[in-house]
Amino acid sequence: MLLAPIKGNKRMSLIFYILATLAVVSALGVVFARNPINSVLLLISTFLTIAGQYILLNAQFLAVVHIIVYMGAIMVLFVFVIMLLNLNKDKEPYKKLLSKVAAVISSGILLLVLLASVAKVSLATPAATLSPNMGLVKNIGLVLFRDYLFPFETASILFLGAMVGAVVLGKREPKKA
Amino acid sequence: MIQNIAWAIPFFPLIGFMAIYLLRTKMPAKLAGGIASLMVFLPFLASIALFFGVDKSATVTLFDWISVGSINVPFSFYIDPLSITMMLIVTGVGFLIHVYSIGYMGHDENANTFFSYLNLFIFFMLMLVMGSNYVILFIGWEGVGLCSYLLIGFWHKNTEYNNAARKAFVMNRIGDLGFLLGIILIFFTFGTATFTDVFAKASILGSGNEVITLITLLLLVGAVGKSAQIPLFTWLPDAMAGPTPVSALIHAATMVTAGIYLIARSSIMYSLAPFTLDVIVVVGLATAVFGATVGIFQNDIKKVLAYSTVSQLGYMFFALGLGAFSSAMFHVTTHAFFKALLFLGAGSVIHALGGEQDIRKMGGLRKAIPTTYAVFLIGTIAIAGIPPLAGFFSKDAILAAAFEHSKVLWGIGVATAFITCFYMFRLLFLTFAGEFRGTTEQKHHLHESPKVMTIPLVILAILSAVGGFLNIPAIFGGTEAFTSYLKPSLGGQTFEPSHVEHNVELITMFVPVLVLAAIVFIAYKVFVAGKRIPADDRTERSGIVRIIYNKYFIDESYSFLFVKPYELLSGKVLSWIDTKLVDGAVNGIGTLMLRCGATIRKVQTGSVSLYLFLIVGGLIAMVAYLWFI
Amino acid sequence: MEKIISVIQVVPIEHYIVLSLILFCIGIMGVLFRKNAIVILMSVELMLNSINLLLAAFSAYHADPSGQIFVFFIMVVAAAEVAVGLSILVTMKRNNDSVDIDLLNRLKG
Repeated sequence: MLLAPIKGNKRMSLIFYILATLAVVSALGVVFARNPINSVLLLISTFLTIAGQYILLNAQFLAVVHIIVYMGAIMVLFVFVIMLLNLNKDKEPYKKLLSKVAAVISSGILLLVLLASVAKVSLATPAATLSPNMGLVKNIGLVLFRDYLFPFETASILFLGAMVGAVVLGKREPKKA
Repeated sequence: MIQNIAWAIPFFPLIGFMAIYLLRTKMPAKLAGGIASLMVFLPFLASIALFFGVDKSATVTLFDWISVGSINVPFSFYIDPLSITMMLIVTGVGFLIHVYSIGYMGHDENANTFFSYLNLFIFFMLMLVMGSNYVILFIGWEGVGLCSYLLIGFWHKNTEYNNAARKAFVMNRIGDLGFLLGIILIFFTFGTATFTDVFAKASILGSGNEVITLITLLLLVGAVGKSAQIPLFTWLPDAMAGPTPVSALIHAATMVTAGIYLIARSSIMYSLAPFTLDVIVVVGLATAVFGATVGIFQNDIKKVLAYSTVSQLGYMFFALGLGAFSSAMFHVTTHAFFKALLFLGAGSVIHALGGEQDIRKMGGLRKAIPTTYAVFLIGTIAIAGIPPLAGFFSKDAILAAAFEHSKVLWGIGVATAFITCFYMFRLLFLTFAGEFRGTTEQKHHLHESPKVMTIPLVILAILSAVGGFLNIPAIFGGTEAFTSYLKPSLGGQTFEPSHVEHNVELITMFVPVLVLAAIVFIAYKVFVAGKRIPADDRTERSGIVRIIYNKYFIDESYSFLFVKPYELLSGKVLSWIDTKLVDGAVNGIGTLMLRCGATIRKVQTGSVSLYLFLIVGGLIAMVAYLWFI
Repeated sequence: MEKIISVIQVVPIEHYIVLSLILFCIGIMGVLFRKNAIVILMSVELMLNSINLLLAAFSAYHADPSGQIFVFFIMVVAAAEVAVGLSILVTMKRNNDSVDIDLLNRLKG
């Protein structure tokens, strides 16, 4: 099934493959970059490609939220911390060669195992009725506030806890006189 | 209905034991003694009530105790003439001894513990005689063994006394093993241990059956241990290490008679095993002769009485073996009276002399402690078998049964009676007659015992004097009340006194009496007129005298044959097994655990990278397992 | 819109799954490969995003908006986790003067 011929609109599927390749290359870059700032930037590019994938998948609202939350907040946080800690290429610690090889091999094995398990699965055909408005704000909002109201509220409490935790952990110890 | 008070009878001394023991530091000795005596007197009254109230026999069940599969052992008491007789002896004589102890042990620092142990003993002894099945009997059996150990080693700060207590307990245990095997065999053969059921089923099996012979032999082993017969008797003389009331109660009147009670109770089974009866005759007679001969040369007041007890117990076994179960029980009763009397009298003498027990250092006490002398004289006459005191009637019953069985056995029995008379009067004369041979300090200290000690002595003396009239033989026109009372309980009784011809019986009764009188005269000549005092311990004795003086070297041969090899075995072999193998295994497990822990602990290196690797590795394994299995 | 919808009928779902798996394993490799704590956190973000992608793909495949809702919640959790993780990291830097995770080895057995 992996090698099934690509039907229909070739250009649309081509966009998918381009975005996919970019995502993989950026991800590899995140892992292998020496300077942590470089890692951050490459991660941002990965996120952008994923946002593009979201749009292809008819999840427009999700794509926008993804860009705002991840790239607007989380990556900014990362950059702040890196700058605060004053990390650069010189201070970067490195692992032994053996550990690096072992890391690559083990993740490769994991990939193989997971792919093998996917190969055995036969997936059902896609749903016939596709609503073009599924990913729009209105529809998402309806589902969110009707069916998933309670988890939504609980998530806000989770946020509260995280905020408090972050503030407490970040406090400096009072200097002893 | 009256039998329902039977449950209360052992209950009182048990309460006494617990109350006195728990409060032993909080009450004065006299109060403890009073409570203890009361707790024995109440069962005595209850026994009298049962004596008049119970017709034939009655069983009082307290609760269903063991009920496993087909084996059913209820916790119940069996009240019949035999058990009532024993109950009366135990509580009656026990009460007198309790009262005596108030005076004798009153000044001891641990007197309260003593009284509690005495009550505990009475409790177990009552369980023993009242039980309706062999298992309850065994409980009482073991319990009196325990109390015997506690009381012999009462002055536990002395190592020798501890050794004596341990010796008594171990020898009892050897007998108990046989007893236990016998009980198991009874369960195996009859499926029950209750007396009435067992005897009914045994009668069906008939005489000469191998199983019954085996059972009776095993029960005999138990009785031999408890009643100090050959070969398990050496503990009794050593048991004199305990206080005198203990010797009187346990080793004269009650515990040592437990073996005789056991065999009398099982009389139906024993009458079906003629081989065992022959064994009992031999054992009993040998013990009687043995005890009497050794008693001639002993020089400690209590040791003489101890060997005398061994000898008299031999007589009782002799009677059992001849099938004269009621004669044996009669001798138990009279022996309880006069032996307790003799022991308590000896205690009175020891008390007067401030602890002296060697008769070579006594003498001339007749005038100093007259009451004690009088009762001791009565006791001596009773045990010698001189009419009309109790010993005559009971011994005569036994000898009559022997005469009917075999003239030779009768001859040996009579000869032993002569020896008994001789050494008892030797004891009496050396202690009370002649000149005082002790120190001047003791002479100043000489005083009669207080009333609380002399009154029980007097009561026992009266019982020794008139106790024989319980069972006046038909030849004198008596009704043989005792024998006929016990008849329903002793189904195996084979001896009927009326079988012997009248004239022969009269001769066999009174000719020995004349000889006894002659022996008293001889003893008087030797020890009083001739002023012969037994030699010092250091004197060299020769030949037969030396063997008998050293108690036939039995203790030494036991030590050589059994004790030393066993000590060697346990000291070398078993202790090696214990330290190297058993301890090694147990410690080894501990060390193994520690080593395992130390090795497994190495997984926790603290390195976060390693942990992450392990997480991923586990993830791979999990996916592979879930998907490909 | 119609053009966009048809993508899912063109690209089989297996391709999305493979892409997501590759990103996930790259994330794992990043966790094992680097010693810098910040880069490790970033790799964790990468893993989460790969899952988000998978969920969104299945949501489009089954025409069920619940998948996208779940992506929201994962984003919530990711954000919270990053906040707390970074503050821990700052504390770590203060104590050890380095963000090397191999220095956190005091819980040795």
